[in-house]
Amino acid sequence: MSTVPLLQARDVTKHFGGRIACRDVSFDLWPGEVLGVVGESGSGKTTLLNCLAGRMTPDAGSVGYASAPSGVVDIHGLSEARRRLLTRTEWGFVNQDAREGLRMGVSAGANIGERLMAIGARHYGDIRGVAADWLDQVEIEPDRLDDRPTTFSGGMRQRLQIARNLVSNPRLVFMDEPTGGLDVSVQARILDLLRGLVTNLNLSAVLVTHDLGVARLLTHRLMVMQGGRVVEDGLTDQVLDDPRHAYTQMLVSSILPV
Amino acid sequence: MPDTSVHEGAYNYAYLDEQTKRMIRRAILKAVAVPGYQVPFGGREMPLPYGWGTGGIQVTAAIIGRDDTLKVIDQGADDTTNAVSIRRFFARVAGVATTTRTEEASLIQTRHRVPETPLREGQILVFQVPIPEPLRMLEPRETETRTLHALSEYGVMQVSLYESIARHGRISKSYNYPVMVNGRYIMSPSPIPKFDNPKLDRSPALQLYGAGREKRIYAVPPYTPVKSLDFDDHPFEIETWSECCAFCGSKESFLDEMIVDDAGKRMFVCSDTDWCQERQGHHQGQPSK
Amino acid sequence: MYVAVKGGETAIAHSLDLLADKRRGDRGIAELSLEQIDQQLGLAVDRVMTEGSCYDRTLAALAIKQARGDLIEAIFLLRAYRTTLPRFGDSEPLDTSRMVAERRISSTFKDVPGGQVLGPTYDYTHRLLDFSLAAAAERPDAPTAPAHTATSLPRVGDILEREGMLEPPPASTAGEAQDLTRQPLVLPATRPVRLQNLARGDEGFLLALGYSTQRGYGNNHPFVGEIRFGSVPVSFVPEELGFAIEIACIDVTECDMVNQFAGSHDVPPQFTRGYGLAFGHAERKAMAMALVDRALRAEELSEAATSPAQDEEFVLAHSDNVEASGFVQHLKLPHYVDFQSELVVVRALRAAVEARNQEAALRQAAE
Repeated sequence: MSTVPLLQARDVTKHFGGRIACRDVSFDLWPGEVLGVVGESGSGKTTLLNCLAGRMTPDAGSVGYASAPSGVVDIHGLSEARRRLLTRTEWGFVNQDAREGLRMGVSAGANIGERLMAIGARHYGDIRGVAADWLDQVEIEPDRLDDRPTTFSGGMRQRLQIARNLVSNPRLVFMDEPTGGLDVSVQARILDLLRGLVTNLNLSAVLVTHDLGVARLLTHRLMVMQGGRVVEDGLTDQVLDDPRHAYTQMLVSSILPV
Repeated sequence: MPDTSVHEGAYNYAYLDEQTKRMIRRAILKAVAVPGYQVPFGGREMPLPYGWGTGGIQVTAAIIGRDDTLKVIDQGADDTTNAVSIRRFFARVAGVATTTRTEEASLIQTRHRVPETPLREGQILVFQVPIPEPLRMLEPRETETRTLHALSEYGVMQVSLYESIARHGRISKSYNYPVMVNGRYIMSPSPIPKFDNPKLDRSPALQLYGAGREKRIYAVPPYTPVKSLDFDDHPFEIETWSECCAFCGSKESFLDEMIVDDAGKRMFVCSDTDWCQERQGHHQGQPSK
Repeated sequence: MYVAVKGGETAIAHSLDLLADKRRGDRGIAELSLEQIDQQLGLAVDRVMTEGSCYDRTLAALAIKQARGDLIEAIFLLRAYRTTLPRFGDSEPLDTSRMVAERRISSTFKDVPGGQVLGPTYDYTHRLLDFSLAAAAERPDAPTAPAHTATSLPRVGDILEREGMLEPPPASTAGEAQDLTRQPLVLPATRPVRLQNLARGDEGFLLALGYSTQRGYGNNHPFVGEIRFGSVPVSFVPEELGFAIEIACIDVTECDMVNQFAGSHDVPPQFTRGYGLAFGHAERKAMAMALVDRALRAEELSEAATSPAQDEEFVLAHSDNVEASGFVQHLKLPHYVDFQSELVVVRALRAAVEARNQEAALRQAAE
C-alpha cells in the first residue's frame, strides 16, 4: 500500500489577464482513486486539469507526481523531455474532442500502436496484434483496424482515444468531459467501458465533467468548483446525496427529472 | 558574353570569401562530430537559385582546393544541364581539374544519386538536399521537429511506415527513404532512390549534405552505421528490374527507363553514365583543366 | 530512334545566346539606359532595393534591365551581388524623426502638428489610362509651388505615447543585431529578426497576409498612426574617428500602425504598435509589413494566434521570394530517377492488387 499520494496539488492558481481561472486548489490523489471535478462552464475545472497535466503552467502553487521509477517529481520543474516522456508512458489524457487526442490522418491501428512504436516496438505484426486486442477491449469492430478516425462516429473516436492512451499501461489518466457531446446511449456505453477499465487496470484518474451523473458513476471523490475555487469536496456519494454548499445544492437540484 | 570581368578579380577563390568558408567549415565540423544532426549555418545568396544546389555548392566551395579533382552529377549523369552548369561554375571560380570518372574524383557533388562505383577512403561525397528535415511532411513546424530530434521522439516516423504497410501492404517510400544514423538521429539521405541507401552504410568516404535554402548542413563520417528504417517483419528492400542495361548489360545498377518511340517502346539504361561507360570499356578523356 | 542526351554544354550556351537576344529585343528600338529606369521606373527600383536589401539605385536599375523587368529575378541578381560586397560595419540606427519628408499623413487625427502633407502619391489619381504618355512629349516644368518638404515633424506616436495611450516603442537592440543574410533564421524569432525578415519579404505575400487580417483572420483593428516618406541621413562611426559622420542620405518610407489596445493584469489598456519600413517610396509594402508585424506579436500580447498571418513560422519561412522562386522553379530540374523509383513502386502495388483480384476470382469460381 502506497504511503505517498500519486498526485499532489498544492494551491494551484492560474489567471488570464485580469481574470482568475482557478485559485488555491489543493488535493491528494491516491493510487486507484478517481477524483471528479465538477462545476459549470467557467468554473475553472478545465484550466485546473491542464495545470495538473502539465499542459499549462500555474502562476502559483505546485503539482507533484509520484513516478514509479523516480519518486516524487514537481511536474512543472521537470525538463520538457521528461514531462513529454511521462505524458506518453505513465499518463493518459482523454480530450473531450477526440480529434485533439488522435491522429485523424492515420489508421486506428497506427493510432493505438504509436505509443508502442515510440518506445521501440518494431514488429509490425505484433503491434497490429496489440492494437487489434485493444480495439476489442474498447468494443470497436476488428475490421476497422485500418480505417481512419475520420470515418468513425463520435463515440467510436472516443473509444479509440481511450485505447490509444491505455496501450502504454498508464497509472494516471486525465479526462476532460470524456462523454461530452455524445448521444446519451453512446455515453452510457462509454461510461460502462471506462468504469470497467478503471477497475480492471487499477487506474487513477482526474475526471472533469459538468454532468453529475457521470461523476456519480465513475468517481470516488468529488471536488465542486465555482468561480475558480473549490467550494466543496468529499466522497462522491456524500457530496451528491447531502450537499452542504449552496452552489452544490443548486447543482444537484438542477438535474432535470425524467 | 556577359561582362562580369570588372568584378571577376574581386571574387575570392571558389567564389565564397574566406570568412564565409570558415563559417561553413565550422558547421561541417559540428556536423561530422554529431552524425546525422542538422547544423544550421548562415547560408549565403549564391549565383544559382535556391533549390538548384546552392547548399551543395557552398559545402563544396568551402572545402575545395587546387589539388582536388571534382566530379558533378545530377540523376547519376555528368551531362545533365544542372551538373554541367555547376561543374562549369567551379571550373571558373576554383580552377580545379574536373572529371567524369568516379574513381579519379577526390570530391563528388551529386544530386539525387550515389555513384555505382564503390567509393574509397579519402573521397568526399557532397549531396544536394532540398528538404533536410526527414519529419517535415509529418510535422511542418520546425520548432516541433527540432524538439522531436532532441528528445529522440521518433514515434511519428515509425507510425508513417506502419501506415504505409497497412494501406499498401508494404512501405511505399521509394526515394528520400529515411535512415537512422549512428543509432541516434533520423536523417534524410536526400532524394536518392532507396536503391542507393545501402551504399551509405559504413561507407569509407565522407558524406556531406548541404541544404542552401533551408540553411542546414549535416554529415556522416566514414564507416558510420546508416540503417534504413523498417519493421522486423517488413525489412527494407531495394528496387529491382527484370531488364538489364541496353548499353552495357549491367544487372546491378539503377536503370533509367526511356521511352523510345511514339508507340511507347521502352529502353532501360544505367542512370550512372560513368559506370555504364566503364563497363562498356570506354574510358573518359584525361582529367581536364 | 533514341539519341543519348549529350551535349548539355552546347545546349546551355545556345540558351544563353537566345536569352541575350530576347533581352535586347528589337535592335531598331532605342536601348534602355540605367538612368531612364532609375528616373522613370523609380518604384520598381525602390522595390528591388528593398527586397534586395541593398540601397543602390544604379545597381538596382542594372538588375532590372538584365532581368527584363522581372523584379523577383532582379532582386535575386542584386542579392547575389550584395553577398560579395565587403562589409565595414553597421550604421547607427536611422533616426526617421530627422527625415526631410516629402509626404506625411496620419489617419488617427484630422490634423496633426506639421500638417497633413500629401506629397506625390497615386492616392488621389483616377485610374484612367493616360494615353498622352504613349508618346514622349514635351512636359511642362515641375509645379511652381515648391514641393513642401518639412523637417523635424513631431511623430504622432510620440504624442499618443506621452499620454500613456500608446505603448512605448521597444527598447533599442542595436549592437545585438542579428543579420539574416549571414546567420540562419532561428525560431522562435525575436521582433527585430521578424522585422528584418519582413523588410526583405515579398510585397505580394505580405500584402495578402495583411489583407487577411483586415478580413478577420487575426484582426487587430489597425489605424495608420503615421506614414512618412522622405530622405534620412545615414550615420556611421568609423573606428579611426570614434565619432559619428553622415555618409549618405537615403529615401525611406515608414509606417506606424496604431492597433487594438491590449492590457494585462498589471498594465492598463493602451494602443499597440505595428511597424513597417522600406527603401524608397513604398507605402503598400510598409503598410502591409506593419499589419503583419502586429499580427505576429499575438503571443507577446496574449492574443489567440489562430490565423496564418499570426503564425510566425508560416510567415517567416515563406516570405522570401528568392527562396520561394528557386524552390518552386526547381521542379523543372530533372527528377527522372526519383520518378523511376515511384514507377517501380506503383507497378509493384498494382501487380499486388491484380494478383489479389485474380486470387479472389479463382476462389469464387471454385465455390
